[in-house]
Amino acid sequence: MSIRYTNKGDKATKTGFGEGLLEAGRRNAKVVAIGADITTSVGVNLFAEAFPARFFSLGIAEQNCVGVAAGMALEGKIPVFSTYGVFAALRAADQIRVSVCYNNLHVIIGGAHAGVSVGPDGATHQALEDIAIMRSLPNITVLSPCDATQTKLALLFAIDRIPGPVYLRFGREAMPDFTDEDQVLLPGKAQFLQEGNDLTIMAAGHLVWESLQAATILRNRGVSARVLNFHTIKPIDEKAIVEAARETGAIVTAEEHQVTGGLGGAVSEVIVRNCPVPMEFIGMNDRFGESGRPAELMAKYGMKAEAIVQSCLKVLIRK
Amino acid sequence: MMVCEKVTDPGILSEFARAIRRMVITSLAEAGSGHLGGSLGLADVFTVLYHSILKHDPDHPLLPDRDRLILSIGHVAPVLYATLAHSGYFPVEELMTLRKLGSRLQGHPARDHSLPGIELSAGSLGQGLSVAVGMALAARMDSKNHRIYSIHGDGELQEGSIWESAMSAAHYDLSNLTAIVDRNGMQIDGPTENVMRLEPLEEKWKSFGWEVFICDGNSIPDLLNTFQLVSMVRSKPSVIIAKTLMGKGVPGIEGNYRWHGKVPAIDQVEEFLAELDKSGGALR
Ligand SMILES: [Mg+2]
Repeated sequence: MSIRYTNKGDKATKTGFGEGLLEAGRRNAKVVAIGADITTSVGVNLFAEAFPARFFSLGIAEQNCVGVAAGMALEGKIPVFSTYGVFAALRAADQIRVSVCYNNLHVIIGGAHAGVSVGPDGATHQALEDIAIMRSLPNITVLSPCDATQTKLALLFAIDRIPGPVYLRFGREAMPDFTDEDQVLLPGKAQFLQEGNDLTIMAAGHLVWESLQAATILRNRGVSARVLNFHTIKPIDEKAIVEAARETGAIVTAEEHQVTGGLGGAVSEVIVRNCPVPMEFIGMNDRFGESGRPAELMAKYGMKAEAIVQSCLKVLIRK
Repeated sequence: MMVCEKVTDPGILSEFARAIRRMVITSLAEAGSGHLGGSLGLADVFTVLYHSILKHDPDHPLLPDRDRLILSIGHVAPVLYATLAHSGYFPVEELMTLRKLGSRLQGHPARDHSLPGIELSAGSLGQGLSVAVGMALAARMDSKNHRIYSIHGDGELQEGSIWESAMSAAHYDLSNLTAIVDRNGMQIDGPTENVMRLEPLEEKWKSFGWEVFICDGNSIPDLLNTFQLVSMVRSKPSVIIAKTLMGKGVPGIEGNYRWHGKVPAIDQVEEFLAELDKSGGALR
């Protein structure tokens, strides 16, 4: 089975976050938002303008933002705090761990500007370790949707359906938007995008689209690649991983994150316990990013479709 | 609304504080580890809060209109537990499970262990004031009149996040928020002013936009009076810098920072309790 996914037009995933937050605000009066100065660049400004009494500007003080969100959640609000992923997941990590996760509170942390595709701002602002840190925390759900529409759906899902802490990771750059508006996200389930039986590409975030392109290139070379979208990294869909390992016998993971501790790590943990098969990892190889145009950086760090194809061919040799 | 009956007689409150100190000493000795000095130093503050100031009901710990108390310095949990037990939240005997496997009385307060009266799992320093700010903002959004109190150590004020939250509380004019600083001048490594200078502390809080009250945190009349003054503050958060003596009530250890994280041996308990019974209490 081969499905064509159509790009409805490039769109920044943060736009999906902003639209989702605005819609959540309309639906549910308990939703409040917290801003750490960069509200426009992380998609919170629409909500702030529509619901000024439910928006709280707390300045460039991420640790306080997370703690305040915890306090509001204790009082029955549903706080959404969004800032760059590096500052949310790393600077405020202890607040997320203790005040939010240990207390098991329904706080949604938006981790914007994920990956090297942040571009010219360079290494300090490119979140590449956030999944590793967030997914090691008990109680939290970690989401990494693939495009603008899925980011919107994921945020609404997090607000409506997930009772505890959520880390929702999304990017900055305009990227192909191919998710249907009426898609139903299934909790803890990977999204089955394309059937295939020679190997499986398991991808998250922006690299889902690249993986679909890679699968098309591979098909033209006679290789049938299954493609799974792991919009939910925690809890990880163990069943889909084990099935893919048994049925296709080789796995390539693809993410805009360090290859240690992120999606690749999460998949490996499942594989080694259940059904060891050869794996390759697309992602940052234990180094910092740098300045450049998003597409240039993704190409340099092996995150474009052609690099995924090469990893797939490599893993097939070991099968 | 049913709430805990308020006691304002300093003599009775002083006896309550002595009873709470006894529970702190015995439960910590039984636990074999924990923080005695700060727990004893804060016994008068907790007594006044739970018996005279807070609107709360031990039979209905989640009463929507209760005042909230956030213990940011989770390591003085023994005095919180003793005060809660003394107020009737749970049986006094349960204090002897402190810090033991399976206990609801975790080393630092934990909501997920279902102990009634615990508002927040906390203990990583510098976080409680932010949570209190969030609660105060939520109360204001919902037009609720309850108050939020948070308790901090003086050493804790060295955490930068405290000042982030202090800034935000003043920015939003949170007059429903009162922070209490246990100014015992000590932290684990020694006097706060040697480890990292905090003074001029009053001016720091003032410059951040807070109304500042300084009181003797081991004087029940002074504490009662100070909380009365706090209740009259409008359009600003308040901080009470409560000057306390680490180890207060047991003269042999008073003011000695080595008792910050130490507990009496089981065979020292009688001696400690005897010293406590001889001491004058907090009536001055
Ligand atoms: Mg101290």
